[in-house]
Amino acid sequence: MNELDDLYQEVILDHQRNPRNYAKLPTANHQAEGANPLCGDHVTVYLDVKDGVIHDISFQGEGCAIAKASASMMTSVVKGKSLADASDTFNRFHQMITGGQDPCFDLEALGKLAAFSGVSAFPVRVKCASLAWHTLNAAIRETSPTAEPSEDSKHTGK
Amino acid sequence: MATKHQGSSLSSSLDVERVRRDFPALAQKVHGHPLVYLDNAATTQKPIAVLDRIRQNYIEECANIHRGVYQLSERATVAHEAAREKIRDFLGAKQSSEIIFVRGATEGINLVAQSYGRSHIGEGDEILITAMEHHSNIVPWQMLCQERGARLKVAPMDDHGDLILSDYEKLLGPRTKLVALTLVSNALGTVNPAKAMIASAHRHGAVVLVDAAQAVPHCELDVQDLDCDFLVFSGHKIYGPTGIGALYGKQRLLESMPPWQGGGDMIMSVTFEKTTYAPTPAKFEAGTPDINGAIALGEAIDYVQSFGMEAIERYEAELIAYAESALTKIPGLRLIGTPKHRAGAISFMLGDIHPHDVGTILDRFGVAIRAGHHCAQPTMKRMGVPGTARASFAFYNKPEEIDALAAALVETQKVFRT
Repeated sequence: MNELDDLYQEVILDHQRNPRNYAKLPTANHQAEGANPLCGDHVTVYLDVKDGVIHDISFQGEGCAIAKASASMMTSVVKGKSLADASDTFNRFHQMITGGQDPCFDLEALGKLAAFSGVSAFPVRVKCASLAWHTLNAAIRETSPTAEPSEDSKHTGK
Repeated sequence: MATKHQGSSLSSSLDVERVRRDFPALAQKVHGHPLVYLDNAATTQKPIAVLDRIRQNYIEECANIHRGVYQLSERATVAHEAAREKIRDFLGAKQSSEIIFVRGATEGINLVAQSYGRSHIGEGDEILITAMEHHSNIVPWQMLCQERGARLKVAPMDDHGDLILSDYEKLLGPRTKLVALTLVSNALGTVNPAKAMIASAHRHGAVVLVDAAQAVPHCELDVQDLDCDFLVFSGHKIYGPTGIGALYGKQRLLESMPPWQGGGDMIMSVTFEKTTYAPTPAKFEAGTPDINGAIALGEAIDYVQSFGMEAIERYEAELIAYAESALTKIPGLRLIGTPKHRAGAISFMLGDIHPHDVGTILDRFGVAIRAGHHCAQPTMKRMGVPGTARASFAFYNKPEEIDALAAALVETQKVFRT
């Protein structure tokens, strides 16, 4: 059952049980909701973007261990990153979980996100691991309903 | 507790090993384990007799029906209409013109909503459904209500997943024009007291559609005893192919309904000025139908009839009792839905482990179950869960497979270190 232990690593179970940045963000100027309608998982990502940098980020939602842990770890990884860096991180994360990376793919550069490398052995769970990231991309494009339009809203994800 | 020789503990006379030999799919291995297929509420595996019939039809009877003057077409027509007659007999309908071939239960419901509904339901009228319907018995009525200005009412259920009959009775009234209810809940396994519910609806002058998609592989059905006005089911849930199912409707209602789709086969005569329609069932079967599927469904019905629904029901009741007992022995496992009368499915939560994670881990042990909302989101909401893990059974399942399920659930808890 090696593949199962790879998928459900301790760090993933920890993020699922104790999700980081799990709240509404009062200062959010961007937000988006994402869902996998066929399985019922849903997530809302809140962003506070200033000068092209993710100043603060949080999420709320329900889903399986993979979806929830991925959202939690995503928020802790992209906080403080520029929008371009966040988008680049998602691209590499996506390559890793779909097994589409080239042979010289630098797994270590993904840091703790490398914990999700086990997802590539479970193709039907890719959508769980990527839900929060797709929602982040959408949030970058969409301003928060309560926020003033800003220069940042012109940025698009990838 | 589960041991290796539980097979003999079921007193039913049904020889499950003999049944299993008829289903080649069951002999597969998945991730190195024998396949334990417990997603029968989604679809069933197919017996060799049905697979052979599909092949035989394409080799010996492949022609269009109701039109050819040559022998091949006549053979195809005879086989197709023989399948209709088998369904009539299986459902206990009076005449085969009351059986309409459709793609499945969903299409049957949409046909009734659009043909009967649009011509008989108007502004201020009410359609009553139950809180445990599959999306396919909710959405077509919502669409109809929106179009016609009618109102959708929902009969509630209790914490066990049983309908609250006194509330159902109160919701029936002079404005209730149609009641649509499932005989067996796909998500919870609840069997509804349909006969009494239909009688109540009739006292208020409403017509009743029964969704028998989940009932048909598990329960003996008799549309005349139920006195339902319409009944739908899908062939693939009763060991037939996907893409074919049937709608039963009372003759006088079918006659009062306009055609649903226009095209060939459903006409009496066509001019550019006026078309007259064929009588039922042809009126509702425009275009070349799924001839092969209908014939294969007939074969599937012959197959279950060779055991008898009563014997199947008896065996499955014992199997489900065994499964309930095995599952509830697992610490932390909670049944979602504990109805008075159950058929087909058991839904559960394993501690706080999300059903999708349960499903993924069970799969690695060869155990196939469904995880999620089961196309019954309002049911999940009522039970206070985002989704469930669901094991659903067929008469080819055996107690040893339930032991395998229980063992894999314990392994799941180990993966989650709970």
